[in-house]
Amino acid sequence: MAALGFNLIAAMVIFTAFWVVTTSKLIHAAVALMGTLFGVAGLYVYLYADFLAATQVIIYVGGILVLIIFGVMLTHRVSGIDTLQTNMPNRPAAAVVVFLLFMGLTALLFRTPWHMADAAPVVSTVEIIGAALLTRYLLHFEVASVLLLVALLGAAYLARREDG
Amino acid sequence: MSSWTDSLVGFISGIAWLPDMSAGTIMVIVAVLLGLPVFTFMAVNALVAVYFERKVSAFMQDRLGPMEVGIFGFKGGKKFWGGIGQTLADAIKLLVKEDTIPKDADRPLFILGPFIIFGAAFTAFIGLPIGYGLVISDFNIGVFFISAVSSVGVIGVILAGWASNNKWSLYGAMRSAAQIISYELPLGMSLLLVVMVVGSLQFSEIVLWQEQHRWFIIHSPFTVIAFFIFMISGVAEVNRTPFDLPEAESELVAGFMTEYSGFRWALFFLSEYANMVIISLMTAIVFLGGWLSPVAGLLDMAGVPAGWYYLSGPLWGIFWIFIKVATLIFIMMWFRWTFPRMRPDQLMYTAWKVFIPFALVNIFLVGIWELIFA
Repeated sequence: MAALGFNLIAAMVIFTAFWVVTTSKLIHAAVALMGTLFGVAGLYVYLYADFLAATQVIIYVGGILVLIIFGVMLTHRVSGIDTLQTNMPNRPAAAVVVFLLFMGLTALLFRTPWHMADAAPVVSTVEIIGAALLTRYLLHFEVASVLLLVALLGAAYLARREDG
Repeated sequence: MSSWTDSLVGFISGIAWLPDMSAGTIMVIVAVLLGLPVFTFMAVNALVAVYFERKVSAFMQDRLGPMEVGIFGFKGGKKFWGGIGQTLADAIKLLVKEDTIPKDADRPLFILGPFIIFGAAFTAFIGLPIGYGLVISDFNIGVFFISAVSSVGVIGVILAGWASNNKWSLYGAMRSAAQIISYELPLGMSLLLVVMVVGSLQFSEIVLWQEQHRWFIIHSPFTVIAFFIFMISGVAEVNRTPFDLPEAESELVAGFMTEYSGFRWALFFLSEYANMVIISLMTAIVFLGGWLSPVAGLLDMAGVPAGWYYLSGPLWGIFWIFIKVATLIFIMMWFRWTFPRMRPDQLMYTAWKVFIPFALVNIFLVGIWELIFA
């Protein structure tokens, strides 16, 4: 059961990821991306990371994907939904890079000694994550929040600049 | 705490005459057994809620239809039975109406849109309890799960609006997305307040805390503010008047639903009324003590010893939570038939310049309050 479910979710992630890069319609790519992101959330559930899975859905599907779809809708004419591909000449170079990357990842996959957890899964991860964020990883947490604040101010400045 | 999923899995694997099944097969059977009632509930809820809504509008605005169309001769007369005919006709119309897809629409996305919205509403019911242990699955991240699932619905709205290839649909979808994303923040922040005080994201823990202390609506001045922010943002989340700009009939025909008809349109409809129930259930559980009896709370405060007149227990719990949900839904309908629609700029002003600052300061102040009084 667990193996079957995992295989289904993994197949969904890979299939929708292929769909994202092969479809010619930008908005279809965005929708396929939703499948990929959901699948990754499903994989987190398999790792007993329920909080992380919900975060993945709320941030990526509910936030970033909506932004992407907004971007596609606003930068595109409403009538034309097909896009023109302009990067054809780069194909040979891309093929070489992708092949090397694939070989590297495959080698890594087979050479890594995968660690199987022998401890029992924790029931509630929220408290552990919260405590870790506010003690051990406090600096990272604060740096990330300052970065987000700067991005927010920058976006507001760009959007509200009155002299154009 | 036990949940329906756990008990059903235990029950089915315990039946002697059934052949041995793998855990996976049992899970599938349990999912179907629990999914069908949720679906039925959503459908029946829409029928009843539409009837209720028509009657509320008729009483508040002197509308004639819901008082005239119906079955007469029964006790209650026009006041109660009038409008039943409209509900029946509505259901039959939705099921048999021709389903049209515009020629220039993006077919796959046009079909997918309503299902995403419906799926989001459907999934949310998994985590919502209606009594102690009466829940499909009692997640320990319950509140967060509902927020995550309901944030997915907006994608369906945008896709429906985009795929219709229609200006009104697109404007409706844009407005809806902007509105839902904006109001998600005050909604989440007012929930955060309660989570902070309780120290758990689990719905059953939140109700348990309220049983041991007091309901959140009367807990502190800041939770009262949070309740109002949550309730009003909730109305905005389900796109109802005075926040129904996405489907403003006078300017946008029907917003993102303009091109939909028949059963696809009915899916939007089911989800809208299901979302009302979800928001009301969450408000009832988080701020109004969920399945706790208000009588028991009052008597307990007055020092009366426990007895049958406390009206609390598992069955009373279901009764109380549905009374609370029905009251909240009535308040939403009351809003709809008495308030005029807001302008988009007023809508954004309310979310970003009123609710979010208030909710943020609220979180800070409730922390201080808890440090002093807890």
